[in-house]
Amino acid sequence: MEYFLELLLGGLTRGSIYALIALGYTMVYGIIELINFAHGEIYMIGAFTGLIVAGLLTMLGFPGASILAIALICAVIWSAAYGYTIEKVAYKPLRGAPRLSPLISAIGMSIFLQNYVMLSQTSDFLPFPELIPEFGFLKEYNSVMSSSELVIVAATILSCIGLTLFIKFTKLGKAMRATAQNRKMAMLVGINVNMVISATFIIGSSLAAVGGVLIACHVGQINYYIGFIAGIKAFTAAVLGGIGSIPGAMIGALVLGLTEAFATGYVSSDYEDVFAFSLLVLILIFRPAGIMGKEKTQKV
Amino acid sequence: MRVKLSLIALCLVMVAMLAACSGEAEKMDEKADVETGEIAPPAKLVLGVAGAHSGDLASYGLPSVNAAKLVAAKINAAGGINGAMVEVVAQDDQCKPEQATNAATKMISDEVKIVLGHICSGATKAAMPIYLDAKIVVMSPSATNPPLTQSGDFPNFFRTIAPDDAQAALEVSFVKGLGLKKIAVIHDKGDYGKGFASFCKTYIEAEEGMEVALFEGVTPGAVDYSAVVQKIKGSGADAVIFGGYHPEASKIVSSMRKKGIEIPFLSDDGVKDETFIKVAGKYADGVYATGPMDFSHNPIFQEALAAHKAEFGSDPGPFFTEAYSAALALLKAVENAGSTDYDKVIDALHNKYVDTAVGKIKFDAKGDAEGVGFSIYQVIDGKYVEVK
Repeated sequence: MEYFLELLLGGLTRGSIYALIALGYTMVYGIIELINFAHGEIYMIGAFTGLIVAGLLTMLGFPGASILAIALICAVIWSAAYGYTIEKVAYKPLRGAPRLSPLISAIGMSIFLQNYVMLSQTSDFLPFPELIPEFGFLKEYNSVMSSSELVIVAATILSCIGLTLFIKFTKLGKAMRATAQNRKMAMLVGINVNMVISATFIIGSSLAAVGGVLIACHVGQINYYIGFIAGIKAFTAAVLGGIGSIPGAMIGALVLGLTEAFATGYVSSDYEDVFAFSLLVLILIFRPAGIMGKEKTQKV
Repeated sequence: MRVKLSLIALCLVMVAMLAACSGEAEKMDEKADVETGEIAPPAKLVLGVAGAHSGDLASYGLPSVNAAKLVAAKINAAGGINGAMVEVVAQDDQCKPEQATNAATKMISDEVKIVLGHICSGATKAAMPIYLDAKIVVMSPSATNPPLTQSGDFPNFFRTIAPDDAQAALEVSFVKGLGLKKIAVIHDKGDYGKGFASFCKTYIEAEEGMEVALFEGVTPGAVDYSAVVQKIKGSGADAVIFGGYHPEASKIVSSMRKKGIEIPFLSDDGVKDETFIKVAGKYADGVYATGPMDFSHNPIFQEALAAHKAEFGSDPGPFFTEAYSAALALLKAVENAGSTDYDKVIDALHNKYVDTAVGKIKFDAKGDAEGVGFSIYQVIDGKYVEVK
């Protein structure tokens, strides 16, 4: 039973990691129906920014918790700037183009950013400091859940709730929903669609940056390539949950994380990905739009 | 307009990058030419050097080029081999099998008779049939895949590094010496890591009273390994042997330590790297890893080290010692054989002892250097220390 509980919590953590990244995928897809393959790279850039800022602050002698806070804020700002710029440079000029064009542009952007970070930083693995302090009350449960895992799960839940409320009740959230439903109609009723799309990219990138910093703290190492695998898994999670749906991304990510954890725990980690992707295939056979997705004719 | 400009800038950056790459390759060739041009020899003996000289594994290949150059300079200063001056010709394979066959073909068209390389096992395997057909003698400083020698397919292949199974045998006997019985064997599903782990498993099963508690592969690059770590804990293992490279090793070991699992962690020479200690930080302490023996007391090694510092102004990289030894062994074999005749050179490699930086060596019937092996190292206070 304890083993089961450990696996459950491990899977929950992994699912939360995927969810933080999947939220950005799903938001962008919901608004402009584009799979933003560069999203994983935004996550990676967030982690790198966090590392650089944290290194600088440690040198200047800031106290522990403030380093985490400032590093997070800087990573969010920097990644949001990247997300905004990528949208303007790589996607906006292609908004009227066939749907495959922005997709290719996104893949290109992803490769470009990876190589840019590799050349400007390093291709080596870098150690990431443990910025998340150890909580005293968790000490005796350390074998089950560490403080960094708790922080990640909490951050994911808070982001998901916050995002849902934001979309439901704020003016910008309503504009987003309107744009998602029908961009032309939204324009006609006076919504600044370009601004809404930019805002979507900024919010998605900010979440990815938070994920980048927190996950890097948890794992303890980063390099230019981390965005790729995390991005693929998060994308899978978003599709699993129904791409375009925010609670769907969260549920998809949790299902994926738990499947992987239990497959590893009770079968073998050799087959971790086999189980994860078999599940994806199964769900898509019976629910083509994903767990929470709405059925509609798709063009891609 | 701004978008167009940024696109143009992007193209320019890419072109500049390409130009930089080819520029580098040219520079390398020029250097080799200049070296021979200065000496202007009547007869020359070409030593081919193949391996990863660019790409992400270049740090493993470039030291062998430096080693070959230093050996060539040393031998040329002493009058060459049988009166011929040694010239070094480098071919890049980026550790990719498809590039390795190209490199091998180029070696043949350059009429190279002896080759130092390749660096990675996969690339070496791909190039060997070509060398065998052309009767070229090849010696690798770093390709540790066991079948390269043990299959007997390539009588022209030699190496100055011990094969992977030697590492596994040493690791298992060391674990036995520590009195540990139940071993969890984890690997990264790659050729190298899984190969090493499978050998460990075989040797553990062959030992009386020892058992494999767990044998699993993990996905490299996965966001965390907590499920595998829980499984290790659940299996009741009293040690972990990991086959693979340092990024996964550091993730697994830090995850284990964070979860309060303090059993010994042992790994291979893919983990015996300073980056592992840098990345794993305090969690690296106490980790064991096998690595090539320490040659620091060997006078030829010390000479090579000093020559490298004088020539290149830095400490040599990985496999430098093995490459230096391989270059010496190859050239001395040509000297002993009296010519570059294929059969005579191979005969000399098998039968005549040569003094090298890894000790006095000759090669056994299959092509592995006798008396070359691995040691166990342990991380103590942030440094790898040889365990006696």
